[in-house]
Amino acid sequence: MIKRYISILKKPSARYSLGGITIIGFFAGIIFWGGFNTAMEATNTETFCISCHEMQENVFREYQDTIHYSNRSGVRATCPDCHVPKEWVHKVVRKIKATNELYHKALGSINTPEKFEAKRLKLARNVWREMKATDSRECRNCHDYNSMDFSFQQRRAIAQHSKGFEEGKTCIDCHKGIAHSLPAMFEEDPSSAIDISAVK
Amino acid sequence: MMKILQRIMFFMLFAAFAQTIYSQDHGGVKSLRGNADIQQGSIKPTQKRWQSDREPIDRAFVHQPPIIPHKIVGYQVNKKANKCLTCHSWTNYKESGATKLSMTHFTDRDGNDLSNVSARRYFCTQCHVPQFDTKPLVENTYQPIRALKGR
Repeated sequence: MIKRYISILKKPSARYSLGGITIIGFFAGIIFWGGFNTAMEATNTETFCISCHEMQENVFREYQDTIHYSNRSGVRATCPDCHVPKEWVHKVVRKIKATNELYHKALGSINTPEKFEAKRLKLARNVWREMKATDSRECRNCHDYNSMDFSFQQRRAIAQHSKGFEEGKTCIDCHKGIAHSLPAMFEEDPSSAIDISAVK
Repeated sequence: MMKILQRIMFFMLFAAFAQTIYSQDHGGVKSLRGNADIQQGSIKPTQKRWQSDREPIDRAFVHQPPIIPHKIVGYQVNKKANKCLTCHSWTNYKESGATKLSMTHFTDRDGNDLSNVSARRYFCTQCHVPQFDTKPLVENTYQPIRALKGR
């Protein structure tokens, strides 16, 4: 059965003109490729992200209090602006990795606030690791170092940015927890948090 | 009929009298709404801006918790994390160039010296606060002691 179809595919076409096949193939290509990209872009919207209650009730709510959601000029960075790369190849790689998220959605790994909180440090570390590895690529889509005029910054920011960039640091090294609640930070930096597992 | 009319008259007189008492100036004391009538809307509070980044502000008295000389908008201080300590802790203050927290923050309420920040001194903004640029509500002639004023 399958063999028969394969053998049909292997045979050269004797019935249709080469021009016809080319033209039909060209338009079919546009439709398939366009459809693929449209579908991928549809998953690249905030509405899509928060259609899962895991995102809507935890990370999205926290994010609404932060500068990337509401600020003086009304410019916004939505979920995919920070969490999905802009370049096509990196974007597709990220989308393929996201199948793991679908798997855990099906398992219900973080389907309650308590479960989410228990996993928060692990999940945050995943994002931090990724951002560190890409030299905070998604931050830099908007925050371009070459367009950053230190003279418009406040004095502490000038000092920290000059020093940080000189030492080759990347955005996420300092700017953690700017869009979401921080996880229990005792494991990351014991001097900047108290050990809540010991307090209880 | 007469009696009812009398009662109505009395009630109206009383209402007028109450009105005059109510609208009187109460010895120069104003409510936060100003002298606005009950029916009127309150005076809109003006939007205040946080003071921008500046040099550390001198203390006004010896036991004053130092005032925060920068914005802290969006800083998370909760039981899981403390954004302030990412610069002001003993581990991080050298790298960030921030003031380190004093030894008093390591003592718990029973007087035991701890190895990390004490829970009762953990929530920074209970004592340390950033400033708004505002006009003082009342005139204040307070002067810091000479020891704090320098030469």
